[in-house]
Amino acid sequence: MKILVCISKTPDTTSKIAFTEGNTKFDENGVQWIINPYDEWYSLVKAIELKEKDPSVIIHLITVGGADTEPIIRKALALGGDEAIRVNNTSNDSMVVAQEIAAIAKEGAYDLILTGKETIDYNSASIGSMLCALLDTSFIPNAIALDMNGNIATIKREIDGGEETCETTLPIILSCQKGMAEQRIPNMRGIMAARTKPLKVVEATIKNANTTIKKFDTPPAKSGVKLVDAGNMDELVRLLKEEAKVI
Amino acid sequence: MVLIYVDQDDQEIKKASFEAISYGAALAKQLGTSAEALLLGNVKDNVAELGKYGASKVHQVNNAALNIFDASVNANLVATAAKSLGASVVVFAHNINGRAVAPAVAVKLNAGIVTGACALPTTDAGFVVTKTVFSGKAFASIQIDTPIKVISINQNSFGIVSGDGTASIQNLEMEVPASKLKVTSVEKIKGEVPLTEASLVVSGGRGLKGPEHWGVLLDLAKALGASTACSRPVSDADWRPHHEHVGQTGIQIAPNLYIAIGISGAIQHLAGVNRSKTIVVINKDAEAPFFKAADYGVIGDAFEVVPTLTAAILKSKAGA
Ligand SMILES: Cc1cc2nc3c(=O)[nH]c(=O)nc-3n(C[C@H](O)[C@H](O)[C@H](O)COP(=O)(O)OP(=O)(O)OC[C@H]3O[C@@H](n4cnc5c(N)ncnc54)[C@H](O)[C@@H]3O)c2cc1C
Ligand SMILES: Nc1ncnc2c1ncn2[C@@H]1O[C@H](COP(=O)(O)O)[C@@H](O)[C@H]1O
Repeated sequence: MKILVCISKTPDTTSKIAFTEGNTKFDENGVQWIINPYDEWYSLVKAIELKEKDPSVIIHLITVGGADTEPIIRKALALGGDEAIRVNNTSNDSMVVAQEIAAIAKEGAYDLILTGKETIDYNSASIGSMLCALLDTSFIPNAIALDMNGNIATIKREIDGGEETCETTLPIILSCQKGMAEQRIPNMRGIMAARTKPLKVVEATIKNANTTIKKFDTPPAKSGVKLVDAGNMDELVRLLKEEAKVI
Repeated sequence: MVLIYVDQDDQEIKKASFEAISYGAALAKQLGTSAEALLLGNVKDNVAELGKYGASKVHQVNNAALNIFDASVNANLVATAAKSLGASVVVFAHNINGRAVAPAVAVKLNAGIVTGACALPTTDAGFVVTKTVFSGKAFASIQIDTPIKVISINQNSFGIVSGDGTASIQNLEMEVPASKLKVTSVEKIKGEVPLTEASLVVSGGRGLKGPEHWGVLLDLAKALGASTACSRPVSDADWRPHHEHVGQTGIQIAPNLYIAIGISGAIQHLAGVNRSKTIVVINKDAEAPFFKAADYGVIGDAFEVVPTLTAAILKSKAGA
């Protein structure tokens, strides 16, 4: 089985969110970059677990991004994976990213493609679904468990207010979230091994985006908390009813 | 024409679809065109009632095979229907299924897409849609540069607008591709509104000390008719089920009321709840960061405050 794990780089969850160039660009100054948590904790670890069960499994990682994504992909390789591909395209338009991934995926004939549920910066939640259309392959979103039995995959996914289990044959595309696997920390051996794992750079082929970011804004600050005395819950109920009008 | 995808589950139309139709209808009005809905499968609901939210027509592919959700099959049908009906904008709810179908439809229509929109587009200079980014910490205004556009709308960000229209139902004959997925079981959490659809949410954190102490929170939720949520460490420790985990790496919600009990208000937690209309924080530490993001705060011990709040709510309900 050949697995392709899609890895994206996002600002650390505690990063200060600010913008430059007349609020048209994310201010990267002082930002720490991490592997998008869904990709690291769930997709990648799931792929590693499958390889631990069956050593013939081959894991390729892919990231679409500039040279500055290389530390992130090396960090991912330290957790696991046989080799990585970086497509040298800095676009953050989902359609462009998905087309780049699809081109590599077609060539590599993967049985299983794993993405995260969404990136925590642009929150598009789009790549998996786009790959489904580009590759004409089944897509199961919000996957929380995957079991393989030969060529048959059993997948559990979150649905609104519950869980659904389905069976299908490979190839498939999944977007992964909590439940899929348990977060791991890279060990020293993994970190050393990652340095020599192949990282192939492929030139960008997709140029035209369908969307343009015009500007960013930050939400207005809350006007301040109104404290209610712990002994006076009748007052809190009154405020929620009459002032906030939410109950 | 603005075409709105109607999401159903177990032959019931989802609440998120009513909001998507309301949004699509307002957008159609702005563009001077009609709002029409597309329903795949057959449902128990009275389909003509989708007119209440502003759909003039409902195109229905009346095929029971479609009652089981398959993103790929749905995307094929929606894209084909959008083309043959001449849709200029296709609108989805940004719920689990909408998210899985909308981007694939955008690929098939070669349309620009904005997912997680939180307001109507501005259309005076280009077609610009605002969406939340950085897990609610910022907004991005994104221009769609293609003739056909796809938008998915964040739940609880536009609201359901209902009037008294009725929609005409048009049967849409389409060849339904066979699904490769075989659904073997569905487990529903009984008796509770799904978190993403809930308008009232009561949420607990590590401050409640252990699963055996959740009773005070559950009583409050029951008194309010609220759904329950929790912080990540709470679900990680299996004090509560995973599907209750809200935050940057859990579910993002936007209820009318979010009551946080014994939750410190870490930035990753706030990212999942900061779009709530009203936030109440109950915490014994006056310095807890959550107070900065709250509308109302109570400094006190949850085990004393929460039962009195529950009693006050019951009293107020009985009196009303
Ligand atoms: C990449 C990343 C992603 C993350 N994603 C998420 C996420 O999606 N969701 C999430 O929730 N967290 C997430 N976290 C974890 C987050 O950083 C916090 O650790 C977590 O939210 C803290 O949970 P808590 O508030 O329940 O616990 P604590 O931080 O331990 O807070 C407990 C609070 O309870 C109060 N308290 C104690 N006793 C009482 C009492 N008797 N009465 C009233 N109050 C009391 C305390 O004063 C304290 O404020 C993430 C972290 C990382 C690094
Ligand atoms: N630039 C990228 N390179 C590789 N994979 C990506 C990239 N952007 C997003 N992905 C993958 O697609 C998932 C969903 O991202 P998004 O659709 O952008 O929210 C992520 O969790 C990644 O697995």
